[in-house]
Amino acid sequence: MAKLKSTFKNMFLSLFIISLVVAVLLAQVNKMTAKPIAAAKALKLENAIKEVVPEFDNNPVEEAYKMPTANGDSLLVYPAKKGDEVVGFAVNTNSNNGFSGNIQIMVGFDMEDKVVNYSVLSHAETPGLGSKMNDWFRDTTKPNQVVIGRNLSEGNLSVSKDGGQIDAITASTITSRAFLEAINKAYAVYKASDADSSATKQNNTDEKQEEEGGENNE
Amino acid sequence: MEYIGIIIVAIFVNNIVYSQFLGICPFLGVSKKIDTAIGMGLAVTFVLTISTIVTFLLQKGVLDPAGLGYLQTISFILVIAALVQMVEIILKKVSPSLYQALGVFLPLITTNCAILGVAILVIQKDYNLLESVVFAIATSIGFALALIIFSGIREQLSLTKVPKAMQGIPIALVTAGIIAMAFMGFSGIDQVFK
Amino acid sequence: MNNNLKVIVNGLIKENPTFVLLLGMCPTLATTSSAINGMSMGLATMFVLICSNAAISALKNLIPDMVRIPAFIVVIAAFVTIVEMVMNAYVPALAASLGIFIPLIVVNCIVLGRAEAFASKNNILASSLDGLGIGLGFTLALTLLGAVRELLGTGKIFSISVYPENFGSLIFVLAPGAFIVLGYMIATFNKLQKK
Repeated sequence: MAKLKSTFKNMFLSLFIISLVVAVLLAQVNKMTAKPIAAAKALKLENAIKEVVPEFDNNPVEEAYKMPTANGDSLLVYPAKKGDEVVGFAVNTNSNNGFSGNIQIMVGFDMEDKVVNYSVLSHAETPGLGSKMNDWFRDTTKPNQVVIGRNLSEGNLSVSKDGGQIDAITASTITSRAFLEAINKAYAVYKASDADSSATKQNNTDEKQEEEGGENNE
Repeated sequence: MEYIGIIIVAIFVNNIVYSQFLGICPFLGVSKKIDTAIGMGLAVTFVLTISTIVTFLLQKGVLDPAGLGYLQTISFILVIAALVQMVEIILKKVSPSLYQALGVFLPLITTNCAILGVAILVIQKDYNLLESVVFAIATSIGFALALIIFSGIREQLSLTKVPKAMQGIPIALVTAGIIAMAFMGFSGIDQVFK
Repeated sequence: MNNNLKVIVNGLIKENPTFVLLLGMCPTLATTSSAINGMSMGLATMFVLICSNAAISALKNLIPDMVRIPAFIVVIAAFVTIVEMVMNAYVPALAASLGIFIPLIVVNCIVLGRAEAFASKNNILASSLDGLGIGLGFTLALTLLGAVRELLGTGKIFSISVYPENFGSLIFVLAPGAFIVLGYMIATFNKLQKK
């Protein structure tokens, strides 16, 4: 069977039909994988939240809302509840002052202004140096560098080099500073949410229906 | 001042070749002489900038509104292939001498991962159109810089005695590694502009 | 049977895409910071190679010569997109660590090169086996490179600790290490081939 001659009609038809088949095929695969992709994303978020707040039985992702920060952007807050009572808040915070740019962290606070845990969601820091922040600040065997259990109502966290209480990662001061900046930012937002949620508690259950929509306006 | 940050990072800190590993094939293949390096650098700058603009508009104007995000890879590469074809045709008509000089490199540019890479990166980084253009031009300058430095060194290398097994690509790669180490020294200088 | 085996072995050694043909350098350097990353990248590329080689071989008589490159690109891009979607759905963490290099498989000179050099001129079975052989060669090269870099850089292979991390040289996991280790590996391969 000889190859098709390169006439204009043949070229056009051949490309057109191949593109058509490809488009249909891809649309099909897209349909099949859209759900698992969304589910995987949601699971990752859920797991991050589970890791950082006390036990809860609601769906924090569904009840998430945005809170504005001091420098103009906004962070997502996920309230964790047991029954009707809020037991903690997870905040998806970030800092653009990492050594290599943006760092995203999920940090959880309990109702006593204390950090419960954190989970670094994404970063581009140097492997082996800045990337150590994944575990450095929650190594409970080293009380001088751990942020877990710190009560931020006593003041923002900062590295010992800047006169603060936390020992920075060896040779990664910039990453450490950015990390703490993100935690402090989250705390400010958490305080604002806390004030909000105690006000909301006094409202009737209609408010709860609105929260399911995802946006909590204040 | 944010733009200066983007430029410095794109050329030095996150150099497309020595840090991001994009554009290696032409980097190794075209860097034996300085003038071919300059030619390739120019060609890439031209194609990269235009293709970034077109793919950006395609993404924001067609793919996003229609929810066709999964067609990004295939539509982007087709746009790039078509652009390169067009550039070749136009160049042949408008400036035959320039076409002769760049001629061989142009088809190679389609498979230059740097072009597709940058097109995808600006969407991921959520830049606006102006930021994307600045990023594209800065990245190509970084590419040209990487290429020219390397070709200068390779011209010297070709005159020295190298063990047989290391001749050609192996020694070139090790040299590139050392240059990459030098570029790592640029880390953090964009902090000055914050 | 022997002929088909030859095709596969060819891709592994004689025409190993990384060490001999020197193609596909970008993902080779970028995704080999660990053995598992290198191996996954190799396997993903192998999948695309087998599928696109087979498809292009099947269609070779229906594609006029002048539009063969765009046609090949459409077919290859289709399979790359499928790999992208499937990986994002079922192994999202791995997809995230390979990042932008999954869609970049479409401009991997190996895939287009094989389509042009082999698939457009041979039958479907031979083309698929060629895809398999070259893909295996690529996977082997990437896994090896990833393992060496991971071992020298962090003291681990496939995340199994061989020696304490503190004795590792971080440079091997970073950009310069990629260039240097690859350079020496190609040189070693050259030396062994000559024997």
